[in-house]
Amino acid sequence: MPVSILKQREYLIASIQSALTDTEVLELRDALLAEVAKHRARGVIVDVAALDVIDSFVSRSLSTVARTNRLRGAKTVVVGIRPDVAVAMSQFGLRLDAVHTALDLEAGLELLDS
Amino acid sequence: MMQEVVPVVDGGVQGADVDPALLRELVAHLRQDRTPLREEWTRRITEAQLLSVMTPDEIFSEVTAVYDNYVDALETGSVEALEAYARNLSERIIPRGVETHEVLGVVLLLRDVLARSLFEKYQDDFGLMNRVLDAYEPAANRIAVTVGVSFVQERERVIRQQQLAIRELSTPVLKVRDQLLILPIIGALDTGRARQLTEQLLTGIRESRAKVVVIDITGVPAIDMAVANHLVQAVRASGLMGARVIITGLSADIAQTLVNLRVDLSMMQSVGDLQGGIEEAERQLSYAVTRTGDVSREPEA
Repeated sequence: MPVSILKQREYLIASIQSALTDTEVLELRDALLAEVAKHRARGVIVDVAALDVIDSFVSRSLSTVARTNRLRGAKTVVVGIRPDVAVAMSQFGLRLDAVHTALDLEAGLELLDS
Repeated sequence: MMQEVVPVVDGGVQGADVDPALLRELVAHLRQDRTPLREEWTRRITEAQLLSVMTPDEIFSEVTAVYDNYVDALETGSVEALEAYARNLSERIIPRGVETHEVLGVVLLLRDVLARSLFEKYQDDFGLMNRVLDAYEPAANRIAVTVGVSFVQERERVIRQQQLAIRELSTPVLKVRDQLLILPIIGALDTGRARQLTEQLLTGIRESRAKVVVIDITGVPAIDMAVANHLVQAVRASGLMGARVIITGLSADIAQTLVNLRVDLSMMQSVGDLQGGIEEAERQLSYAVTRTGDVSREPEA
């Protein structure tokens, strides 16, 4: 899977390195859910800066992660959505329910700290 | 090169079956009577109150230049020189407020003046006059169209240029505090401008790492469904990049339109005026603005 999940203090950081297939998206989702439980993380950051496209499947999977994590007391922040990707997503009406968003990793960590 | 919008005659100024000798005679006549015809034309222009923004001297010198170009175009069959002159002339007179109807009127007046002089010259030989008119009319029409089209095209070019300038000037993205941007929008929004605005907004957010953006639309007279949806999209896209948007300055009219159009505004925060919007943004960013002195006392001059 082209995603590494790192633990930093009480947060998990998943940084996506390249475009993901649907199977890999599901793997990422399951891995994130399992890791949050294992490390009792308070926050999860998913860095999508490498993605040229965020489709409905990815958005829905991220929302699922966020909703599930919320039930366990962890916040989910998606960071690094690029301007053109953001425009495309809002044009297609893709929502990231329950997900927090921030400009980049740094802003994401700030958001979790606050 | 310019496109021929209305081809009156195919294949140059002269019609296919024009006698070159007749045309030469025609041109010679116009050259010979250059002075009285020019004066007559100027008189008719003044009488019709055309080109009222120009002085009589200016009109006369332009008339002379157009007249000579006109006769040259008749003689050579090529309208290129006239076209270039017409465009150059348009460039000079458009900023002074000369209207399309004036330019067309002036050109048609020349056509009338010249036709009358031909009637007078050939009144004794109806057959010859007919043949001269056959040579003259298509060429004259073609020239009138060329001048008119050049003028309109030049005007369109000016309008396009101005639109571009307005576009570049009209949506500044201003940073007022760390992480706080303001976008004052002035003037009517159309789809193109709304798209450009979104682009500038998102670039601005990324460059200045903004967390809150205040979009002030006090200066926007009206909004339609397409533009409203563009605004909503811009706000959503900003949200995806981690910035909240506060809209301020919605007029009663626009607010009503948005409600009537049932635009989904659930994710938009809106505050009455720009001041309120900035105050709310400062609150969200934990800024506290305090006065340090008594403003009622004027500083000593």
